[in-house]
Amino acid sequence: MEDAIRLVGITKTFGEIRANRDISLTIRRGEILSLLGENGSGKTTLMNILSGIYFPDAGQVFVGGREVTIASPKDAFDLGIGMIHQHFKLVDVFTAAENIILGLPGERRGRLDMKAVEEKVRRICDRYGFDIEPDQKVYEMTVSQKQTLEIVKVLYRGADILILDEPTAVLTPQETEKLFAVMREMKKDGRAVVIITHKLHEVLSVSDRVSILRKGEYIGTVDTKDATELSLTEMMVGKKVTLDIERPEPENRVKRIEVKNLNVMGPEGVPVLKDISFEAYGGEILGIAGISGCGQKELLEAVAGLTIPMAGSSVEYFPPDADKPEQLVGRSPREIKDMGVHLSFVPEDRLGMGLVASMGMADNMMLKSYEKGSSFFIEKKAPRELAEAVKDELAVVTPSVGYPVRRLSGGNVQKVLVGREIAAAPSVLMTAYAVRGLDIGTSYQIYHLLNEQKKKGVAVIYVGEDLDVLIDLCDRILVLCAGQVTGIVDGREATKEGIGLLMTKIARTDDGHRHLGHADTTETTEGGAAHE
Amino acid sequence: MNKAIEVGKSEHREPFLRIARRDGTSHGRKIGVRAASIVIALILDALFIVVVTGLNPLAVYAEIFKATFGTSLRFMWMLRDMAALLCIGVALAPAFKMRFWNIGAEGQVLMGGFATAMCMMFLGQKLPTPVLFLVMVIASLAAGALWSFFPAFFKANWNTNETLFTLMMNYVAIQIVAYATNILRGQASSLGTINMGSKIGWFPKLLGYDFTLNILIVAVLTVAMYIYLKYTKHGYEISVVGESEKTAKYAGIDVKRVTIRTLLLSGAICGLCGFIIVAGNKHTISTNTAGGDGFTAIIVAWLAKFNTFYMALISFLLVFLEKGAGQIASTYGLNEYIADIISGIILFCILGSEFFLNYRMIFRHKEEKGGGVK
Amino acid sequence: MIPNLLAWLLRAIQFGTIIMFGSMGEILTEKSGNLNLGVPGIMYLGSFAGFASAYLYENHAENPVPFLCVVIALLCGFLASALGGLIYSFLTITLRANQNVTGLALTTFGMGVANFFGGYLLKGEVYTAAPVSNAAFSAKIPFLSDHLGLFGDAVFSYGFLAYTAILLAILLHVFLNKTRTGLNLRAVGENPATADAAGINVTKYKYLATVIGAGISGIGGLYYVLDYNNGIWATTGQVEALGWLAVALVIFTTWYPLNAIWGAYLFGMLYWLYNFLPKLIGITNIDRTSSLWQMIPYIVTILVLVGVSLRRKRESQPPASLGLAYFREER
Repeated sequence: MEDAIRLVGITKTFGEIRANRDISLTIRRGEILSLLGENGSGKTTLMNILSGIYFPDAGQVFVGGREVTIASPKDAFDLGIGMIHQHFKLVDVFTAAENIILGLPGERRGRLDMKAVEEKVRRICDRYGFDIEPDQKVYEMTVSQKQTLEIVKVLYRGADILILDEPTAVLTPQETEKLFAVMREMKKDGRAVVIITHKLHEVLSVSDRVSILRKGEYIGTVDTKDATELSLTEMMVGKKVTLDIERPEPENRVKRIEVKNLNVMGPEGVPVLKDISFEAYGGEILGIAGISGCGQKELLEAVAGLTIPMAGSSVEYFPPDADKPEQLVGRSPREIKDMGVHLSFVPEDRLGMGLVASMGMADNMMLKSYEKGSSFFIEKKAPRELAEAVKDELAVVTPSVGYPVRRLSGGNVQKVLVGREIAAAPSVLMTAYAVRGLDIGTSYQIYHLLNEQKKKGVAVIYVGEDLDVLIDLCDRILVLCAGQVTGIVDGREATKEGIGLLMTKIARTDDGHRHLGHADTTETTEGGAAHE
Repeated sequence: MNKAIEVGKSEHREPFLRIARRDGTSHGRKIGVRAASIVIALILDALFIVVVTGLNPLAVYAEIFKATFGTSLRFMWMLRDMAALLCIGVALAPAFKMRFWNIGAEGQVLMGGFATAMCMMFLGQKLPTPVLFLVMVIASLAAGALWSFFPAFFKANWNTNETLFTLMMNYVAIQIVAYATNILRGQASSLGTINMGSKIGWFPKLLGYDFTLNILIVAVLTVAMYIYLKYTKHGYEISVVGESEKTAKYAGIDVKRVTIRTLLLSGAICGLCGFIIVAGNKHTISTNTAGGDGFTAIIVAWLAKFNTFYMALISFLLVFLEKGAGQIASTYGLNEYIADIISGIILFCILGSEFFLNYRMIFRHKEEKGGGVK
Repeated sequence: MIPNLLAWLLRAIQFGTIIMFGSMGEILTEKSGNLNLGVPGIMYLGSFAGFASAYLYENHAENPVPFLCVVIALLCGFLASALGGLIYSFLTITLRANQNVTGLALTTFGMGVANFFGGYLLKGEVYTAAPVSNAAFSAKIPFLSDHLGLFGDAVFSYGFLAYTAILLAILLHVFLNKTRTGLNLRAVGENPATADAAGINVTKYKYLATVIGAGISGIGGLYYVLDYNNGIWATTGQVEALGWLAVALVIFTTWYPLNAIWGAYLFGMLYWLYNFLPKLIGITNIDRTSSLWQMIPYIVTILVLVGVSLRRKRESQPPASLGLAYFREER
């Protein structure tokens, strides 16, 4: 097979961080290459160098055997390289067609000829079976539509080397299969396809070869047919690891939270949560699965008092030391805390919501407790001591507790956040995508911490995106789809395919989905019903 | 940067010049870059003076220096004007720290000054002096706070763009003052000094100067604001809201409340500054009472990165130059607008120098640019 | 009654032309994501350079040709303001300095330059004039303006720049909405990272939009002194207030150039309301309240600003990245 791209000795640093160190690898036409590595191993950086976003500090790039300089995304297009970024590069207020032709030289002296554009878009869509409305605004699209648009955009530009950065993170198993089919079609067309991922089963199912990066270094390339999950993990992590997540049996399950008919309206005036009802128990981990953006965030925020649900919604908290439940709806986070509810929350956006990015660990420790006491002045000693304790206990790597958390690595940022939330001795602990972007070691450390909380009798709610982890870690899994509960399944019996179906249930059954949703809820909550 | 890229494109070579983020900057570098930027600005200013006027720049700089340090009275004048500018900077500090672009200081100061002047005119004869001063202070605080309340209220509730809102409020204030002075002055061409003979509502002479009190009040405010931002719960809330509203909500901070509270404080101190200017210096009111200080103070507050002591330093630099420019204008018969040009050049240089603190330049073959500017 | 109304309209349209230029330049600039608060300074630069060049030409040429007056003034006015835009661009785009602060510094600087050098032209007088240029700039459209009665007076009796402004607004509309370059420019202002990834040269677009935008704004200042103000340069220039009004007009138009046409005239009507409305409805001696009337455009702008934020309509919001610097390798 012909070499499409050869990279030689690529090095790239950001400040103190070496994202890529002397990496050499080859991408071939007519095959799918997986670029595998843990988060922070430099996969995206390397591919951003190919797409002209970053410029390497050292190294050479050969395209079709000729040495080239890719100094801007335009250079990359000219070489036929197209990248589908993990964070979509789309202009929200533009239509699909406008996004597609962005930056392209026009025919007819620069006038916009939308007819010709739409014609060409349609041809591409027909070839691969995409469904895109050229005049739909991006802000009206779902996540998977946006991703399709990104792919069409790249194909429209005639790219024959396609790079997809973690494309499946936002897709259901079924949508993922469809995407893989498209990738295989592209391969058949003689294009070179690179998929960046850290999910082993995807690597095994779609790619022909796998190149592995670890901590910015190139480890090696193997043919997929010779690889196993274990051998790849070993190359990825650098040592033998067990991939089993521990799941202790729940003890002393007590009802802690009961959500009834929770309805939340989104900022655009459309409901984002519809008639959500479930219970969370102390001593168990309740998983929440769903396509990204179908209500997970809103659900946690509603429970935490960050959004105001609609009338008739109920979120009751059952205190350990009293027998009367407390209503949380209509109370602000501070009022909830003042009621003595120990509710901890690890949000998805760590630096933008859970922490103050420019402050050090010490100042971040007091984020939720700074207003304690009647003094006008702030008390800095206790948070400082707490910060030191968290730093030692969770092995946070930081020069000092005053060092801005923004400059810490993703894993350390998460340790600071989880450390603070656990230090508050919660009775309910909610986490959103707690291991996103973390390396395997830190991920297992987080699973362990969650399990410890579970054993202490805390009601843990775990919103996750990796179905394998959800199935291995959680006692029960609640599945959300388009803001509704489509089922609550037992983690010990659930299958990925089953959860995948529940994740897209509503989109498929246009009418009567409410009925179906309810039926499932009652059918599968037997685990919950047992201890009333 | 782009030119450089094109150079590199023709052959496959590294671009001539690339830019990379700098991770943290040492203290020494910060001082070095800032000092270098001021030196370069002074050289540019000197060039300008030579080319345009043909004067010896060294003699001109000597004049500039004399304008502030020539006599002790001149020094006190400099301090008085610096106090006014610094006071507005201090007022803006909490708003800017909260990432609220209060461009409306000019109007807030003007309203504070207007309220003060009205008290002096209409209550001066009726109230005993201590009560009068109390009323003046309260009125000026309230007027300034009122002017910042509207943009704050709409920002807090509907996220209305505050940069543009506060900017517009300036002109509403200016027109109100223009209207009032029009009505009050009758046939006269200007409003004139209020209570010229009785000096009612004027700051008392202290330590030999009429405006010692101005300087003292601002000095106290500068220290107090530093403490407020750094060591109080309010200050902590302001930092969190400024960093991320989402984080603030997550932490249980009432963002609306903090936004409005902080802007009321900011506007009130601006109003107080109007009081200081009117009662402690100008003893009259016109649309020029704030004299553009409300805009200059924005630059002061931004460059000082909300640290009130740095603000004092930058205010000094700017007022020093302004005084100097006035001096050379009168000595050499130039027009006084030379001050705007000189300080404009200085501001451009200081603003541009920030780049060398946040980014580093990488030339081909890995040569790294050192501490220089431009 | 009719003559009064007509006089009001004439004044309003002339006044509107000044700020229409100012705001169209700023719309172009803001569409690239740059919030240039240096508009007053830039308009000062344009008005000074335009006046000075015309004045010097008039006074040094034996027989000044009106056409050359126009060309020289426009060229110098445009270039001087574009230079102001270039300073702003270099600081905010290349050196990534804060846009608000840089804009305000530019306003100080532009005002200083115009008035400092303006002092040399005044030679101690309170004002000075460039009559030939003024005649050239304010020449009415021949025939049409005096053979069509009131209609001719109302529609054809302005200097050519007033018509240019309307034409420019239409061109700007077509450019932004119907061309690829316009689409690319809007993308830069909405989401520079996306535009960059799509192969658009973000730096180039920002520079060009800001520099050309500044040039257009500057023409407003030039129109003010050479037409509106009868070719008189005086120590009591009002350009700064006009500059801020132009910034206000940008908000009022919700970033649509076509709205600038009627918006500018509306601002003009409001600004001159104090002079004409009382006479129309028979009140006399209200000169003293002129300031209150002149406040109305600002209040209206505030109301529009609030209205836009209340409605939250996606299409009438400011460009999403307005005021933010862009750095490709941001992580």
